[in-house]
Amino acid sequence: MAKQIVKMNLNGQEIEQLVDSRTLLVHFLREQMNLTGAHIGCETSQCGVCTVDIDGESVKACTHLAVQCDGCEVKTVEGLAEGGVLHAVQEAFYEEHGLQCGYCTPGMLMTSYRFLQDNPNPTEDEIRIGLSGNLCRCTGYQNIVKAVKSAAVKLQQKESATA
Amino acid sequence: MIPPSFEYHRPSSVEEAVGLLSSLGSEAKILAGGHSLLPMMKLRFAEPEHLVDINRIPELKGVRVIGDDIVIGAMTSESAVITDPVLNAKVPLLPEAAKNIADPQVRNRGTIGGDIAHGDPANDHPALALACDAIMTIVGPNATRQVPASEFFLGTYWTALEETDILTEITVKAFPQGAGYAYKKLKRKTGDWATAACAVVVALSGDSVSHIRITLTNLGPTALRAHDAESILMGKSINDDLIRQAAAKAMEICDPAEDLRGDAEYKTAMAGQMVQRAINEALAKAS
Repeated sequence: MAKQIVKMNLNGQEIEQLVDSRTLLVHFLREQMNLTGAHIGCETSQCGVCTVDIDGESVKACTHLAVQCDGCEVKTVEGLAEGGVLHAVQEAFYEEHGLQCGYCTPGMLMTSYRFLQDNPNPTEDEIRIGLSGNLCRCTGYQNIVKAVKSAAVKLQQKESATA
Repeated sequence: MIPPSFEYHRPSSVEEAVGLLSSLGSEAKILAGGHSLLPMMKLRFAEPEHLVDINRIPELKGVRVIGDDIVIGAMTSESAVITDPVLNAKVPLLPEAAKNIADPQVRNRGTIGGDIAHGDPANDHPALALACDAIMTIVGPNATRQVPASEFFLGTYWTALEETDILTEITVKAFPQGAGYAYKKLKRKTGDWATAACAVVVALSGDSVSHIRITLTNLGPTALRAHDAESILMGKSINDDLIRQAAAKAMEICDPAEDLRGDAEYKTAMAGQMVQRAINEALAKAS
């Protein structure tokens, strides 16, 4: 009962799935699509480890129904790298040691990915506000902020190289 | 945590949504941004049999100017409120205050109408609506009606909305020329509700106050307007002593619920501080 056909573009692929209307997006991604990048943390839209991109906005997938994504473009951390090459944000987190235990990292990456498109040249304050919906319980914020700064530079260099 | 089972409906017009609410009856709930309702469903505080998702109704989103009126669609997200050029130019209190609501991802989903319709005294938009003399447009099965913010909030989780109604628009006027404004919100951390918060809008004629609103968040069963505190300042040239008197008057109407943010005495004391800070900041911006 209460199942619906849901079509969406997930990480660039058109998919069609039968979904129970009460299934949260994060459970749909992890259990039905086997995409375990978006993590489950607080489940109360506090911690941000489940952050994914829906139609160009960062959204907490623990507080969003999969059926609401019908007709949407959804990107998860699995969709960041292209052709085996890490996205500039991933590269920067790797180089700047922007992770310790790694649990918050997929959410941090997805929030940063969208934040830097909305604000390509942010100040440190703007980065901290932009990431304020993502918690790192290792408290490794310093290097995360450094990584986002570094990613901003990388993305700008990429842009000017292709311009 | 997974919500209980329900049937999902996604109308594409207000008319269709109201029709669904009428036919489904009291077992149906409206799904707006979902950041209050879905957590309540996970905890079984709410167990609707039907969810009517109004996210795909274009007419409910965005800000329009109609004559003197600024009409905000109820499904306008907090993120859209923050960046909207009309609101920033004419009612800057709303975008400034919205930056203090929840966090960036939640603001992408949470809506001004959902925040108001939920009736939670901890939400920020009710006090802001009172400070802006907002008018709520409510569409029901038989008629559309308009209810001023002052008559909309009836109690905790209790508003002028009937089960078959949809809040469609929030209408405000541009602030008076040179008006100052502030929203001071004491919170423990990003994303938290207010321990105490105060909105102030003030306009001056010469040195004396020609318009003032002082409203409070999370300090009683609903958002509160501090009429007596306003009266102390109205028509006067404001000084520190008057500001302290106004804050003391505002504290008299506070009746906050004790919780992990503090007991009633602490929250009321913080209300006094927020009132003073908000008046001072609003005055500094007024010209």
